[in-house]
Amino acid sequence: MIDTAGKIEPPVRAEFELRDVAAAQFGEVERPLSAFERVWNQAWVRRAAIVAFLALAWEIYGRTLDNPLMFPPFWDVAQALWHDFVKGPLLSRMTTTLQVLILGYSAGLAIAAVFTTLAVSTRFGNDLLSTLTAMFNPLPAIALLPLALLWFGLGIPSLVFVIIHSVLWAVALNTHTGFKSVSETLRMAGQNFGLRGVAYVRKILIPAAFPSILAGLKIGWAFAWRTLIAAELVFGVSSRSGGLGWYIFENRNLLETANVFAGLLTVIVIGLFVEGVIFRAIEARTVRRWGMQR
Amino acid sequence: MPDASRSAPPILKVDGVTLQYKTTEHLVTATYRVSFEVHRGDRFVLLGPSGCGKSTLLKGVGGFMTPVEGTMSLNGRIIDRPGPDRMMVFQEFDQLLPWKTVLQNVMFPMECAGKWRGAEAAERARHFIEKVNLTKFAEVYPHMLSGGMKQRVAIARAMAMEPDILLMDEPYAALDALTRRKMQEELLELWDDVRFTVLFVTHSIEEAIVVGSRILVLSPHPGRVKAELNCHQFGHTAQGGVEFQTLQRRIHDMLFAERIEAEAADAHD
Repeated sequence: MIDTAGKIEPPVRAEFELRDVAAAQFGEVERPLSAFERVWNQAWVRRAAIVAFLALAWEIYGRTLDNPLMFPPFWDVAQALWHDFVKGPLLSRMTTTLQVLILGYSAGLAIAAVFTTLAVSTRFGNDLLSTLTAMFNPLPAIALLPLALLWFGLGIPSLVFVIIHSVLWAVALNTHTGFKSVSETLRMAGQNFGLRGVAYVRKILIPAAFPSILAGLKIGWAFAWRTLIAAELVFGVSSRSGGLGWYIFENRNLLETANVFAGLLTVIVIGLFVEGVIFRAIEARTVRRWGMQR
Repeated sequence: MPDASRSAPPILKVDGVTLQYKTTEHLVTATYRVSFEVHRGDRFVLLGPSGCGKSTLLKGVGGFMTPVEGTMSLNGRIIDRPGPDRMMVFQEFDQLLPWKTVLQNVMFPMECAGKWRGAEAAERARHFIEKVNLTKFAEVYPHMLSGGMKQRVAIARAMAMEPDILLMDEPYAALDALTRRKMQEELLELWDDVRFTVLFVTHSIEEAIVVGSRILVLSPHPGRVKAELNCHQFGHTAQGGVEFQTLQRRIHDMLFAERIEAEAADAHD
């Protein structure tokens, strides 16, 4: 309606109040999902379906190509994997690699902890960490391998050195960023409870920054894993036992292509296991349970 | 109410306090020579518009800021650092530790300060969680609670410590109007029950009169004391009453007098 001045006026309507709205009018309020929907809602089911599809495509392509030297079909690779795992050297190669990895990863974490502690407690430490991460984070760890070989010789110390380098900066950077982004309110609450020094870092800062710390651990793990396999490919066997990288390299030289694929599959499966089982379990128990991450 | 001059000495004494803080570009004087005294059982309200330094003043009492002039003392001891004898309830909902359940959150300061431990702390925590009507949510993580519930947990956490004084920094400002009113009523019921001492910061005149027993009115830029008023006689039930509205009007005029004068001067031009 438009009044005399030309301004829009909404019409005045009668009031009403409803007593009871019959529940029957709503129809279906809640309905259970079908069995298929419930199964398909599980992320791992969908992922497993993708993996199965890829394996099938691989098998079909390998069979039609019929050139096991260049591209063996999936079934041959699976057999080679099984054989080398049970009777061959694959299991011992895998243990060697994992041992070196755990050694390097934990050393990297320990040094990262020292650096971040320095960085949160002093301004100089802060500048030190910022400068060092800016310098070394973009430097691929594998580029340090020639230097490491010169310093530490062929063997585990060289591998550990490059792994430390690949883990340290990623973890330190993420942890430090996490500490810096802890909200002012939470900091004040912690101080209000009388927390100071190490207790304050341990009980407030670390849990509050845990999403970032976990992200750092994941990135560090991925870097370490890649660097280690690459390093093993470059300088092969150390003392008597080689690692997974060496296994891949050795079988390529022997033209056992199915075994090369088996080695690669092992690398992938271990990567998936750590990411999908270990880190996922940590996430479910911590950051997702606390509502700090979806 | 007993006569102040004959009762026990005040527990909190703020004497000529000037507080300053630095931004990236300025040195800001938040309060200038502010004095007041809080007695046991007071619901003491710091009221003023934004920029009057009321939150800064509360942070000073909390021990997060050191005055450049004047002194603040709690039970005769100079305040020089944060401590659990002055438990703070913040406006922000993220004051709860997200990695702890409601029960663990309430227990946490008791165990940090070593005042109560283990089963005793848990029992106290449950008692105060019940007082804020959250018994059903004791084992729940904070991210599953509504804003009002989070503030109730923060209040329970602070009260369970039996602090000498409870500091509340606009605790209900981020809540919707209905929840806010309910929370104000609950706070008054709790006070009736436990008789704690609280220093309460707000910018709402209505909230100040309802929640407070005494109001310190501050003027802005920098914060200076404008008046100290009694309002212990008013609660939610008095809200529509003439006296309530008179007091509300009086404070309103006090706070906005300068603007009205300025507007009046403009009108005369």
